[in-house]
Amino acid sequence: MSLWEYANPQKFMRTSQMVLPVLTVLTVLCLTAGLLWGFFLTPEAVNFGSTVKIIYIHVPAALMAINAWLMMLVTSLIWLVRRHHVSALAARAAAPVGLTMTLIALITGAIWGQPMWGTYWAWDPRLTSFLILFLFYLGYIALWEAIENPDAAADLTSVLCLVGSVFALLSRYAVNFWNQGLHQGASLSLDKEENVADVFYLPLLVCIAGFVLLFITLVLLRTRTEVRARRVRALITRERMA
Amino acid sequence: MIALLKRDLSLSIRAGGGFGLGLAFFLIVTILVPFGVGPQSDTLRLIAPGILWVGALLACLLSLDRIFALDYEDGSLDLLATAPIPLEAVVAMKALAHWVTTGLPLTLAAPVLAVLLNLQGAGFGWLVLSLLLGTPALSMIGAFGAALTVGLKRGGLLLSLLVLPLYVPTLIFGAESVRRGAQGMATTTPLLLLAGLTLASVALLPFAAAAAIRVNLR
Repeated sequence: MSLWEYANPQKFMRTSQMVLPVLTVLTVLCLTAGLLWGFFLTPEAVNFGSTVKIIYIHVPAALMAINAWLMMLVTSLIWLVRRHHVSALAARAAAPVGLTMTLIALITGAIWGQPMWGTYWAWDPRLTSFLILFLFYLGYIALWEAIENPDAAADLTSVLCLVGSVFALLSRYAVNFWNQGLHQGASLSLDKEENVADVFYLPLLVCIAGFVLLFITLVLLRTRTEVRARRVRALITRERMA
Repeated sequence: MIALLKRDLSLSIRAGGGFGLGLAFFLIVTILVPFGVGPQSDTLRLIAPGILWVGALLACLLSLDRIFALDYEDGSLDLLATAPIPLEAVVAMKALAHWVTTGLPLTLAAPVLAVLLNLQGAGFGWLVLSLLLGTPALSMIGAFGAALTVGLKRGGLLLSLLVLPLYVPTLIFGAESVRRGAQGMATTTPLLLLAGLTLASVALLPFAAAAAIRVNLR
């Protein structure tokens, strides 16, 4: 039993079919519990008023936006090294989800920024690097769409993902250099004494778990769709050859 | 390799007007900006470093798809890929040829256009220096983007979508060093970072670009 067994599409399809309903239920449970807890059962924060509640969507979405890219990076590497098709398809499946998460983080951030900072948008390093991440997602998806041959598309997008990761990281620190920000620093680190107060922290953790589950569910679902699309394509080609 | 460089240079100078087109584009962009933001020389002076860098970047972008597309169409890229020199070196030479025909003229023309935008006197030297350090990175990153899209029929628009986000760090460090230089502040840090970026791109990106070309020629 090893992880690589799931590189077999058939095995992957069978396992994911069994796992998917469980994941879906867990996602719904976590998100409902976390969001309801966060929205209705937590006090208003001192300086924020009720606007603090947007944190339960903003932070998990931002977290997943970055982690989705990391996942694409790992699956791209696996594709380049071991040529497992499921891996390449998973990277393809994750990109639109990551794009959406980035957009959610940007939009909720803008809505939160208006009452707090008095502006929807500031050229703050964190905001700017998210905008750049958004552009990277767009380019990645566009490259997938543009290339006909699936293997070539997987190869080229993987190379783009690798190079893009380096440049995304560079941009992240370059914008730091370019402008100082309004955005607060990290307040959820595991190794720090002082974090967000527990009243907000616990429901936030549940929400983060919900978003992680949501991401995994969506990516599995989309990967299954991609695998099926690939099968249909193979069948059509076979028909034509016959 | 030298022969390849000579071939690329003479091709781009003699055939098809790619050479000089980028320069003209740079000129037009720089001239259009005052029409857009108004003729107040204080405002122009403030935004001059950014405008010049963005203009140079766009002018560079304009000629990127020529790096590999023509060779791909007439099959000479296949020959180059099977030639005794490694494909990475071919890519590096092509990027160098692109820089000599685009980045270098842009660097030389930039001070003239800076006069139009009222750049502070102290900024001129830094402008030339930062462009000299930064435009090789633009060419190399662009060559990578061109290698990714070489097999596509209409890759031009996609190419800009792929390459422009990759240009962000170069633009930031380049424009920042001119801005600091124009205001008489220390420019060592952004210039060093810019040079590091260029060197790293030149060292690493030929491998990525060559890998992309191999996929596209498969």
